[in-house]
Amino acid sequence: MTAVREAPAGTATGPQPAARRRLADREGALAWLFLMPSVVYIVVLVGVPFVLAVGFALSDVTAGDPSYDFVGLRNFRRVFDDPVFWRSLGNTFIFTGISMVLIVVLGKVLANILIADFKGKWIVRFLVLLPWTTPVTLSSIAWLWMLDSIFSPIDWILRQMGLLGRPGDLLGAGSNMYWLGEPGLAMASVITVHVWRLTPLAAVIMMAGLMAIPRDLDEAARVDGAGYWRRMFEVTVPLVLPVAAVAALFGTIFTFTDMAVVDVLTNGGPNNATQVLTSWAFFRGIDGGDVGQGAAIALFLFPVLLAAAIAILRAVRRMEVG
Amino acid sequence: MAAVTSYRRRHVASRIGVYLLAILAAFLCAAPFLWSLITAFKQNRDLYNPQNNPFLFNRPATPDHVTYLFQNTAFNSFAWNTLWVGVLVVLVTLALGLPAAYALARLDRPWASWFGVGIFLVYLVPPSLLFLSLSRMVVAWGLQDSTWSLVLVYPTITIPVSVWLLIGFLKAIPKDIEEQAMVDGYSRVGAFLRAVVPLAFPGITAVIVFAFTLTASEFIYALSFVSPTGQKVISTGVPTELVRGDVFFWQSLQAATVVVAVPIALVFNLFLDRFIAGFTQGAVKG
Amino acid sequence: MASSQPTPSPPMKAVVEVKGLVKEFDGGAGRRGRGRGGVRAIDGVDLATEEGEYLVLLGPSGCGKTTLLRTIAGLEQPTAGDVLINGNVVTGLPPRARKVAMVFQSYALYPHKTVLANIVFPLRAAGMARPERERKAHWAAELLGIEHLLGRKPRALSGGERQRVALARALVREPHVFLLDEPLSNLDAKLRSSARDELKRFQQEVGTTTIYVTHDQVEAMGLGDRIAVLSNGKVRQVGKPIEVYDDPADTFVATFIGSPPMNLVPREDQLVGFRPEHLLPDAVLAGMADREKIPLAVDRIEYLSGDRHVYGTVTGIGKPTRVVARLPATVDTPISAGETYDFAVARSRLRFFSAETGLRI
Repeated sequence: MTAVREAPAGTATGPQPAARRRLADREGALAWLFLMPSVVYIVVLVGVPFVLAVGFALSDVTAGDPSYDFVGLRNFRRVFDDPVFWRSLGNTFIFTGISMVLIVVLGKVLANILIADFKGKWIVRFLVLLPWTTPVTLSSIAWLWMLDSIFSPIDWILRQMGLLGRPGDLLGAGSNMYWLGEPGLAMASVITVHVWRLTPLAAVIMMAGLMAIPRDLDEAARVDGAGYWRRMFEVTVPLVLPVAAVAALFGTIFTFTDMAVVDVLTNGGPNNATQVLTSWAFFRGIDGGDVGQGAAIALFLFPVLLAAAIAILRAVRRMEVG
Repeated sequence: MAAVTSYRRRHVASRIGVYLLAILAAFLCAAPFLWSLITAFKQNRDLYNPQNNPFLFNRPATPDHVTYLFQNTAFNSFAWNTLWVGVLVVLVTLALGLPAAYALARLDRPWASWFGVGIFLVYLVPPSLLFLSLSRMVVAWGLQDSTWSLVLVYPTITIPVSVWLLIGFLKAIPKDIEEQAMVDGYSRVGAFLRAVVPLAFPGITAVIVFAFTLTASEFIYALSFVSPTGQKVISTGVPTELVRGDVFFWQSLQAATVVVAVPIALVFNLFLDRFIAGFTQGAVKG
Repeated sequence: MASSQPTPSPPMKAVVEVKGLVKEFDGGAGRRGRGRGGVRAIDGVDLATEEGEYLVLLGPSGCGKTTLLRTIAGLEQPTAGDVLINGNVVTGLPPRARKVAMVFQSYALYPHKTVLANIVFPLRAAGMARPERERKAHWAAELLGIEHLLGRKPRALSGGERQRVALARALVREPHVFLLDEPLSNLDAKLRSSARDELKRFQQEVGTTTIYVTHDQVEAMGLGDRIAVLSNGKVRQVGKPIEVYDDPADTFVATFIGSPPMNLVPREDQLVGFRPEHLLPDAVLAGMADREKIPLAVDRIEYLSGDRHVYGTVTGIGKPTRVVARLPATVDTPISAGETYDFAVARSRLRFFSAETGLRI
């Protein structure tokens, strides 16, 4: 009788059955396991609502009558007929476009300042971060008071400087500028608050880009005889451009999709002069109860964002240097 | 020698320039808050007089309005809600995001770079588009008017960018460390938990701070999902509750702004360097 | 006056001088002024090059050689002392006013510019007109054999090619002096010796004064007209390679230069030094009257490129000490481990150092 000797578990003699390898070691399965929760979560809470939004846009759902009836493109036609919608669309583009340019330029300057070495750097950084880290409604409230129609301290300063308040003054005879009450000024105010809020974020992102430039390159340029401005425009800026594009992308997304600033400062007024897509969608969809229309308005955000993101990402790929 | 002095002078001039610019930038950024701070302590008669110098205390400063904020409004509830929502959302973000980031950073799968792009695409579907459908979904799940709806939904905002940042931080850790742990007898998961996570800890804290900031600032969902006063968070509670009709409790409002702004900025400043390091890895090299 | 081929102006054989140079770094960030706990990277250095010479700054990591080079370039300002070029004090001047050219360890090529744009960059900074720039760039590229690469970007080049581009960029300005910071350390070991050879021929052809930093003593011995050995921010010795090798000024130089390093045997208050290749079996030195007999107890033999490295302990000349003897292939005296043999060193080859200070007696 021959005794069959079984190889004890765990010896490395001969192939191990696949099932023995613990789940914790199987890389492919592990990758999926690690990713699945996030993916499922996002699909359920982003993907599904998105599809729903499209569905709503094509329906007649309202807060009063939540039954779903397909109505085709009726909501879109109603929305296009509404001049306020076009105003909102235009405003969204204008605000975002102007803000983005200012944010990138000022952000770059600010990034350079924050990188420089000087005493009190920590305090400056802290103060400069305040606009971005504060909840957006609260910082908007701070501005709301600063731009008040009667009590604005900016107006007070202008009056003291003799630029406002008497006939013949540079800025007019009225005692206040109505920063939020006059359409042109209101738009400028919204843009200002967006820029004020997002420049620190852009600066932080671009600081990363600036610090990633090897110090050697700047020193080589110095030894080669390049002065400050030549070094800036021929060495630093080209190398920071990809990161600046990322900062621009963030700035665009946050401005384009913002609702809080407009809501707090002007509530879309005066007379819808500062209405943007998001606030108008909220007004129609939740205040007005017409979910279908609200969804139709809000949907316009998506294609434009997609186009902007693709454009910027493509530009970044082209600018990559090894 | 003349050349030397002229260069020295230029050097000094540029140093002064940097200081001036820094002071200007700090002033422009912080001016509204500095002014809020002054306003918070002003008496009504002082404040509501357009002739008065807004930057001085024309009547003695009073803490009345500040105490009003803490004692007579629901501000404390708002703050408490914001706090526990923030903490929970951060925990969920880490629980879901950290493994996901590890998978994308380490386990070399061919579809990994597509995922990176996919992460960005999520941001293109913003809250301002989803809030309508989500509010109906929230109602359907019975979570309307409950702050828990926010805990459920906020991670959709924090997870994408957190994963992106975490990928950057994890890539900076050399593979050797995990491989050493695996040779020493740990499984992949064990190596991840014991060797990688402790090293990524500075980056993780930066992500925690950033995610908390995003959560505290969120407005649209909070406005759409939660109406009862006691359930509100700071970002919706303050503008809606401290404004009764057309009467603004200005001093209290400004006090609320400063009270919330300063701690968050302080903490963010502490982690700023780490945050930038993560961006460097992600945006520049990733 | 324009000629088709630009004749390079007579090479600037500048004399670079450093007087009493001290460079202190703050111990902590943000603390300025006299550093308590600051690090003295350069601790009182006096040095002067000769016209057109190739001077090597040699020393281990942290000895201050790179800091010294950067101070000469103007990238660091000294805490005390002066830098002079051709007799003019340049200490307060920024790099671009000094007319020096530097090649960094990483080569620091501008990654987003083509090779031609890289080479032309300093000329544009100097305001040169376009036709002149291009001529000079082509002249430099031709000298370094990289004309065929002018249209490429740095990331498409090999390490050796990048080095040549960096040299071309340095050359094209016709500077007073070339400053090279370990430019060979990024190359494969195989490439290094041919690159070294090319570098030396290049410098001889162009003739510009060159200061070269390295930690590799083989490189230093091969390249330098003179070598300055540094350690801890001080210059230990300056001299021609053969001087530094045969007549080291102290034990640091003696053991840093030469591979394997000089043997040092303690004897009373001295250290007796002799190089491994001078420690030979007594029979080989039989004809030499003035020699010191040293018994060597062998414990290990290595065979390296035809030489035998014999490791053992010597007695009789001082305290028993572990030494190495390097026997060339021409010496085929049989040696085996575990035996003791009579070895000897010619007395003229012995060097004596103070045990206390390390200085040569």
